[in-house]
Amino acid sequence: MSAVAGTHAQDQHHGPARGFSRWLLTTNHKDIGTMYLIFSFTMFLIGGSMAMVIRAELFQPGLQIVQPEFFNQMTTMHGLLMVFGAVMPAFVGLANWMIPLMIGAPDMALPRMNNWSFWLLPCAFLILLSTLFMSGGGPNFGWTFYAPLSTTYGPPSTTFFIFAIHIAGVSSIMGAINVIATVLNMRAPGMTLMKMPMFVWTWLITAFLLIAVMPVLAGVLTMMLMDINFGTSFFNAAGGGDPVLFQHVFWFFGHPEVYIMILPAFGAISQIIPTFARKKLFGYSSMVYAVGAIALLSFLVWAHHMFTVGVPVAGQLFFMYATLLIAVPTGVKVFNWVATMFRGSLTFETPMLFAIAFVILFSIGGFSGLMLAIAPADFQYHDTYFVVGHFHYVLVPGAIFGIFASAYYWLPKWTGRMYDETLGKTHFWLSFIGMNLAFFPMHFLGLAGMPRRIPDYALQFADFNMVSSIGAFMFGSTQLLFLFIVVKCARSGEKAPARPWEGAEGLEWEIPSPAPYHTFTTPPDVK
Amino acid sequence: MRVHAQRAGALLGGLSFPALSLADWTVNMTPGVTGTSNDIFDLHMTIFWICVAIGVVVFGIMFWSIFAHRKSKGVKPANFHENTMVEVLWTLIPLVILIIMAIPATATLIDMYDTTESDIDIKVTGYQWKWQYEYINEDFGYFSNTTTPPDQINNRQAKGENYLLEVDNMMIVPVGKKIRFLLTANDVIHSWWVPAFGFKKDAIPGFINEAWTRVDEPGIYRGQCAELCGKNHGFMPVVVKAVPEEEYNTWVAEQKAAAEKERELTEKDWSMDELMERGEKAYASTCAACHQADGSGAPPAFPALKGSAIATGDMAAHLDVVVNGVSGTAMQAFGSQLNEADLAAIITYERNAWGNNVGDMVTPKEIFDYKSEQ
Repeated sequence: MSAVAGTHAQDQHHGPARGFSRWLLTTNHKDIGTMYLIFSFTMFLIGGSMAMVIRAELFQPGLQIVQPEFFNQMTTMHGLLMVFGAVMPAFVGLANWMIPLMIGAPDMALPRMNNWSFWLLPCAFLILLSTLFMSGGGPNFGWTFYAPLSTTYGPPSTTFFIFAIHIAGVSSIMGAINVIATVLNMRAPGMTLMKMPMFVWTWLITAFLLIAVMPVLAGVLTMMLMDINFGTSFFNAAGGGDPVLFQHVFWFFGHPEVYIMILPAFGAISQIIPTFARKKLFGYSSMVYAVGAIALLSFLVWAHHMFTVGVPVAGQLFFMYATLLIAVPTGVKVFNWVATMFRGSLTFETPMLFAIAFVILFSIGGFSGLMLAIAPADFQYHDTYFVVGHFHYVLVPGAIFGIFASAYYWLPKWTGRMYDETLGKTHFWLSFIGMNLAFFPMHFLGLAGMPRRIPDYALQFADFNMVSSIGAFMFGSTQLLFLFIVVKCARSGEKAPARPWEGAEGLEWEIPSPAPYHTFTTPPDVK
Repeated sequence: MRVHAQRAGALLGGLSFPALSLADWTVNMTPGVTGTSNDIFDLHMTIFWICVAIGVVVFGIMFWSIFAHRKSKGVKPANFHENTMVEVLWTLIPLVILIIMAIPATATLIDMYDTTESDIDIKVTGYQWKWQYEYINEDFGYFSNTTTPPDQINNRQAKGENYLLEVDNMMIVPVGKKIRFLLTANDVIHSWWVPAFGFKKDAIPGFINEAWTRVDEPGIYRGQCAELCGKNHGFMPVVVKAVPEEEYNTWVAEQKAAAEKERELTEKDWSMDELMERGEKAYASTCAACHQADGSGAPPAFPALKGSAIATGDMAAHLDVVVNGVSGTAMQAFGSQLNEADLAAIITYERNAWGNNVGDMVTPKEIFDYKSEQ
């Protein structure tokens, strides 16, 4: 495979093609990475505006802006777009851009498949978004689409929803195959597995998780499709099926999925903190093993999403213990980041600010996760705003801040220009304050007894909901600033040197900024 | 333990929001009125303080680095990395903490699963969007619907004290008795939750889940459906009134007598006017959530009844839809949910209200015969 890519690269001394066909037909990992990132940010803004609708409706008790039917479509679409449209493609985009540069490869191992896996995504999400305009509305059963609400009782557009998620899943599987093929076959001579940058390691493990669980998602979607259109009864008790089977299969995909959304961020943070601490990552090998352990354990904890469905007590205990166990390797990672910062020589550029916020706020999400793991207490927390607070703490300052940190960190390499540091820091602080204001009160609401996914609430929840909405509007509008910062950087930023960060190490900093269209056509020497 | 935890929680709340420690700014779980909910509250506070302690240590070291080890202060980076001793320690210490935490959690969980030797059994069935409570040893049961007026929800009227948490018929339970709940659902998955009791349990169509509680103090306890169950998921309150045992026994006797009277209604001879009057009420509590009070529905999911082919057409077809439901749609089989009098009244009402002037009627006795034939 690498030989083919090598000869292919030798006769390409020209730059990119011109016009739209460059983007439609490209097999260049940098172009595809850029498209993934732009697509992801677009989905982030659309999914974010849906969150704004949700928070506007919840600003005060009573129904003001939308009706419950539409509210349910908003919560569902917000979740689907953020998970499948924003976070996952953003990490695939980062992988496309950075993995070949980090391991000294000329491109991804399977460039044509790379092109296809990207172009499937806009198709999938156009179909998904079009369901909002269909008769009966779009999916309205939550992003977890529990049967039978999503089968017997789903809107007519559900089949389109199934098709869209299927296509997005195919895209993810192809992206994952590409990452594995690239990392295992195309490393520069001397780049042994245990010399790979952490970002490459975490992505390699993430790719295996994707290959393991995306087919499971496809399976549960297909069973739904059969139940809706072909008269089967997988999830219909009246026909001998079991609604709880849906949840077991869904969460067997769903729990590894949450690690799919966080492991690449772990990797990026493990690159960024050593750079701005000017000190080596404290425990490289233990970090690698911790990620592996988290990935393996992620297959054994799915039923902690289902503590209230009536799992027998022995099963309940098993899933509680297994879930608590995940805290150990996760703790190892956090301790390693802190030990890396300890007695370093720290500076606080925007990527580092996002990285530090990541460590603190992700840990808070981890703490509430630990609380949720206590099965008896989960009988109170389950399906309340406490859970909403928990997973937004893991995903917003976790996955999203990880992506922002990566974007600021590698923007000089992508564009050849520096972003505006003052604006970057403004973006960080507004996001940081807005995000905490939006999501921290959700813990209080949940503990006080507010269920999730309701369009209207009892009066005692009014105050914190208003605070949360204000925070959400602040966080949401701040993201337009990010768009401005990136455009400004690409058009008129100061020229960036090959290594814009004093403490940065790795092959990606050995090549000029911006990275030439073709890089490492002859493999570099790795010592 | 519990008192300490409560005080600590109050202190924490007071510290974070000194001026705002009022009821509406509640920041913590409340201990509740059952043994289980108190156990859970203790677990909750214990794990919370463990997290706080770990957080203080880890973030403390981190902030120390952030303040002391800055390049702007001229600090040169150290060069240490990898230390087996440290790494083994920070793997083992969390493991020990987790094992210590898992022990009381296991005990509470096993206790929560012990539904044996109950004094009273109540079957709870979730419907879109109401609850049915059946006192299975006493042979009576009823539905519990929200009573919050649409005008309050749509901001045309001031919201009441128990906005969204009020029902027409509360579940009544005696204090100090072990009550076993058998939970199931008729359509989609619901989840029955009273925070003061310390548990929620999913009500799953086709399956029966068990849970139990023993309420210590008389009072009215309010909760909500906790599992997304469609359009009106947010408008499906759970209200339980715990009363002293004698009061409970009197209430049960009244309910049994009333249930007996209901059964007699089938035998009675009904006039059109009586049926229409009863039909309007029964329609409002059973059908209006989907088909709307004026029969206009919400197409395509919920068809209009005003001028519809079913409601103005053949009586047998109308009976079939209402009694047996329409499979594959949200239209439920109401034959098992409503008594004959209500079924007859609703069908008669639908055929003769909102300008549907079919003019015919069906009696409870005819409904009884129709159901027996099936």
